[in-house]
Amino acid sequence: MSILKHHAKIETNVVLLMVGILLTVIIGGIVEIVPLFTITETIEKVEGVRPYSPLEQEGRNIYVREGCYVCHSQMIRPFRDEVERYGHYSLAAESMYDHPFQWGSKRIGPDLARVGGKYSNDWHVRHLNNPRDVVPESIMPTYSHLHTPLNFDDIVANMKTLRVVGVPYTADDIAHAKDDIVAQASNAASTDALLQRYPKASVGKKDKTTDQITEMDALVAYLQMLGTLVDFSTEKPDAIR
Amino acid sequence: MTQATTALGAKEATPYVDDVIQKFVIAATFWGIVGFLVGDFIAWQLAFPALNLDLQWFSFGRVRPVHTSAVIFAFGGNVLFATSFYVVQRTTRASLFGGRALGNFVFWGYQLFIVLAASGYVLGITQGKEYAEPEWYTDLWLTVVWVCYLVVFVGTLYKRREPHIYVANWFFLAMIITIAMLHLGNNLAVPTAIFGGTWWRSYEIYAGVQDALTQWWYGHNAVGFFLTAGFLGIMYYFVPKRAERPVYSYRLSIVHFWALIFLYIWAGPHHLHYTALPDWAQTLGMTFSVMLWMPSWGGMINGLMTLSGAWDKLRTDPVIRFLVTSVAFYGMSTFEGPMMSIKAVNSLSHYTDWGIGHVHSGGLGWVAFVSFGALYCLVPMLWRRKQLYSMRLVSYHFWIATIGIVLYITSMWISGIMQGLMWRAYDNLGFLQYSFVETVAAMHPYYIIRATGGVLFLAGALIMAYNFYRTIKGDVRDEAPYEAPATATARG
Repeated sequence: MSILKHHAKIETNVVLLMVGILLTVIIGGIVEIVPLFTITETIEKVEGVRPYSPLEQEGRNIYVREGCYVCHSQMIRPFRDEVERYGHYSLAAESMYDHPFQWGSKRIGPDLARVGGKYSNDWHVRHLNNPRDVVPESIMPTYSHLHTPLNFDDIVANMKTLRVVGVPYTADDIAHAKDDIVAQASNAASTDALLQRYPKASVGKKDKTTDQITEMDALVAYLQMLGTLVDFSTEKPDAIR
Repeated sequence: MTQATTALGAKEATPYVDDVIQKFVIAATFWGIVGFLVGDFIAWQLAFPALNLDLQWFSFGRVRPVHTSAVIFAFGGNVLFATSFYVVQRTTRASLFGGRALGNFVFWGYQLFIVLAASGYVLGITQGKEYAEPEWYTDLWLTVVWVCYLVVFVGTLYKRREPHIYVANWFFLAMIITIAMLHLGNNLAVPTAIFGGTWWRSYEIYAGVQDALTQWWYGHNAVGFFLTAGFLGIMYYFVPKRAERPVYSYRLSIVHFWALIFLYIWAGPHHLHYTALPDWAQTLGMTFSVMLWMPSWGGMINGLMTLSGAWDKLRTDPVIRFLVTSVAFYGMSTFEGPMMSIKAVNSLSHYTDWGIGHVHSGGLGWVAFVSFGALYCLVPMLWRRKQLYSMRLVSYHFWIATIGIVLYITSMWISGIMQGLMWRAYDNLGFLQYSFVETVAAMHPYYIIRATGGVLFLAGALIMAYNFYRTIKGDVRDEAPYEAPATATARG
């Protein structure tokens, strides 16, 4: 192993050692990560995936704030039992507007990638208020504090920031952001324009304890759209790849 | 207080900067106890959800990052600062570059980072990425502190009075450089304040699949470099020092150092098996993870074989017991890791408690035990005490903590494998046999056993803190000393 004798050159020179380390540790990341941006098949081309509506995005912020990802994954693996339990396996396209991604790493609770539409709005509100009211064995914390009014003053700034990082919100989307929140979280308002911008959005008041728009409304609107955007009766992702 | 010390074999005295290291030792002990306490609290929450107290600030989702950050970055980080500053001065025969001023800045700057991060999580300020939860302003602050750390460390290496850079310092240096790269790469985000939004929110520049791999490139190598390379640096100084034996193989240390840091970086995708990450990336991640077994065991062999001719010390020196057991746990979890990264195994283990058991056999068995061993060495040396207050208490700590770890990892193995099997179980009519919540209910006894193991581990750390307190006070406990075995006495 005469090559090891030359190691003395590296271990007697700080700069050489630093450069050697940096070159050694930088390679793996470049080879694995850069192609994900350049190989176009990485993200399937499917119909239906759209940016989150302003209310859904506010709900998603709450999902992140509460650390839901610590216990719930949003990534269904292509196994028989997972597909039967949760639905079609997850596509990369379905989280293409997720800043940050929330695939999770642990299922203390069930996967939520396709929880949208599985339970009623009332079930979700009761469940979040106290999970053991509807699932006696549940070990989830209570989220009764979500009955507080939703502060959506920042929605325009949030959407503009998301646009910078690649979410294709139009000027029109941003201009109507606050109206869209009100329209999606109430029963009375007209939702035609909202649903044109954000098809399949879950409209209507969710939190019946107050007339005000609450954090509960936002979170449930987000949960109710999860995994519903791609219609797997018409889309066959294997063919689209 | 800057202490003038005569370095071993040196002609003139080198004024080592040791008071900064004393602070890091105290901080490591403090944050260790905080981190273990919070971890045990959330472990009990999973057994008894009422412990979430119906208060948002105490809910599992917000407190779990407090636990992970406290043990990894606060406890582990302060141990790394203490040991790396100690080792780099002793092995270069040079005092800390930047002196007390820069050392103190790194100390207080890092504690501020910890407080900013942890208080943010409790209040709901988070980026929502595991082990990278701090928001952009906390990330920027950490960058400043970390660059100063690099300057102190490299500056000290640069002005060394030894021709060669000792192997422990290679590992510390690789840790510092790589963590900087990972931290910057994974935390690129745009603050909403730019558009008039709140100052405490930002959005990651990556989304979905790209964000996932960037995150696990970071996340896995936070393990690989912060919790492995850095702590191997500790092993390479404190094991030979305490055993009074030379490192087993210089060649092995060269080969396993470069192989380890090269291969580790590629292993991230094994956190994303069977997800929407492309198959080629998953296969690469699995392949490199399996290869990683070899350099990992190279480090374990180099550490354990250093004990050659000094194995009798296991009986007479409980501190050596901590160090040796930590290397054994390192060997065990670096076998378990590559095994779990094989896709067929991962399909069962992923998303279950098996992963939690795995990180804790590495975290408690390797990282914490090697840290305890190093801290038990450092405290008498830094405070100029002849010996620890009590070696018997070190032994109690060792056994209590070891039983705690065994309870922890065995309960998580069982519950993890059981849950994985329950999720995929079918009845004889071809239906899924268990609803999800039935698998949750089945976890209950194991969650209690795990949390009990955590109590023991925490109790051990409290014994250690008491031992440190009395040692620093200058007390010596009246106790039967560990007698040297007959053969060793005869030889010595």
